[in-house]
Amino acid sequence: MIFNFADYDQLLPLITNSLIAGALLAIVGGLIGVFVITRDMSFAVHGISELSFAGAAIALLFGANVVLGSVFGSLSAAALIGILGSKAKERNSIVAVLMPAGLGVGILAIALYKGTSANKFGLLTGQIVAVGDSQLGWLAGICILVLGVLLVIWRPLNFASLDPDVAAARGVPTRFLSLVFMLLLGLAVAASVQVVGALLVLSLLVTPAASALRVSRSPIWTPLLSVGFAMLAVLGGILLALGAGLPISPYVTTISFLIYVICRLIENQRGKRA
Amino acid sequence: MNKPVLEIQDATLSFPGTTLWTGLNLSVAPREFIAVIGSNGSGKTSLMKAILGQEQLNSGQIRLNGKPVTRGNNRIGYIPQQRSSDAGTPLRAKDMLRLGFEGHLFGLAWPSKKAKGRVNHILNCVDAVDLADKPIGELSGGQLQRLRVGQAVIGEPDLILADEPLSALDLAQQKIVAELLDAERKEHNCAVLFVTHDVNPILGMVDRVLYLANGQFRIGTPDEVLRSDVLTELYGTPVDVVRNQGRIVVLGTQNHDHHPEEVWS
Repeated sequence: MIFNFADYDQLLPLITNSLIAGALLAIVGGLIGVFVITRDMSFAVHGISELSFAGAAIALLFGANVVLGSVFGSLSAAALIGILGSKAKERNSIVAVLMPAGLGVGILAIALYKGTSANKFGLLTGQIVAVGDSQLGWLAGICILVLGVLLVIWRPLNFASLDPDVAAARGVPTRFLSLVFMLLLGLAVAASVQVVGALLVLSLLVTPAASALRVSRSPIWTPLLSVGFAMLAVLGGILLALGAGLPISPYVTTISFLIYVICRLIENQRGKRA
Repeated sequence: MNKPVLEIQDATLSFPGTTLWTGLNLSVAPREFIAVIGSNGSGKTSLMKAILGQEQLNSGQIRLNGKPVTRGNNRIGYIPQQRSSDAGTPLRAKDMLRLGFEGHLFGLAWPSKKAKGRVNHILNCVDAVDLADKPIGELSGGQLQRLRVGQAVIGEPDLILADEPLSALDLAQQKIVAELLDAERKEHNCAVLFVTHDVNPILGMVDRVLYLANGQFRIGTPDEVLRSDVLTELYGTPVDVVRNQGRIVVLGTQNHDHHPEEVWS
């Protein structure tokens, strides 16, 4: 059953951790997503998430910390893409090369893993519900770190993303910022993989920002809307999934997608009126 | 005598196989308007990059306000070539100006009265109040370049570097943007280094010309440099400078036959 809300009050306390993790991820994903789009890096996000999956799967196989494995995988990918692919064209081909390689290694590690199957596929397609206390600690730590750095570099990063030549002329350290951004992106991806799974990271790191950009061009409202949309998708997804005992990701991605469709419709309506 | 804003001392820049310029000396005084002209590949853009610290000289040095140049500088206002951006770019005209004002500072861009007042003032200056809320992807080339002039002066720079800002504009728009730049640099007291392949739109406002060709250069007033004998010597082949109704046309430069757009007409 896709929706089932019997025993909801008893289930709710079990997912407090998931809700907190989801809210943190929504803030980070919503904000970082705006830069992912303005820097034209949607595809890179997907590539990083597959390597993050590989790292997590290897960690699972060897009984190491899965979040750390995931972070290691995505930071390596982010660094590689950041160093080798400064131009969009190069970047896309590097991502396309890395992605199947990472996915292959991950699948191998999962195939060799003897544990429960829920854990295995959770990394690809998202958890069912539970986020353990220690996992929450890791996720919260990563999210707070990303958020803190992002807020400090917000203005020059925005300048460098939207108007790179002028920003460089004015002394904005564009190369340094793009490296820092890649690392933040790697961390955000690693955190997202834990909840929505590697295949669906884009629904958290790109779709909300893409939706916000359809209805707003304001440098203040766009990130706020993006966070709002991400929040709606993640928390709504977790709450709906709870009743059904299914992974949260289909709910998250569906809500996220519907928000996008609605934003496009709003944009079209405005276009007609104008 | 005011201290020079920009000093280029005995500068040489060469790539394997070609020397773009060598022994280049140029001192730019505050408020001075200098046109940098020359054909494709003469090193105009590389000069600009060297001033921005994005290209290392082989020898010599460049100083801005007495200090060796660094990678970019917030005392420089930069006007890029007109390039239309994607219609979806989430940057409105007023946001672009604000980035020019304080985009280089760390932290968040909170709503601020000071920044807003400054942006509104500049919007007035460049006659773009009605464009404030438009995304830059929806602006015409001329509108965008007017705002680029505003973006360059909003931080009260000492030097404006303009890299072919008029190319891709029609003649009427070229005139509007050039006159605006002239008025703004006087209002805000900044020197201008203006890279262009066509000196005509700015002929009335140029103090001196730096003409780059064949790894050599000439510096002087337009009347001193833009002459048949001077350019013939510079190019090493016969060059005709024709003056007609206040416009200057240079005929016979090396790229003339292959690049009709290089002809100053």
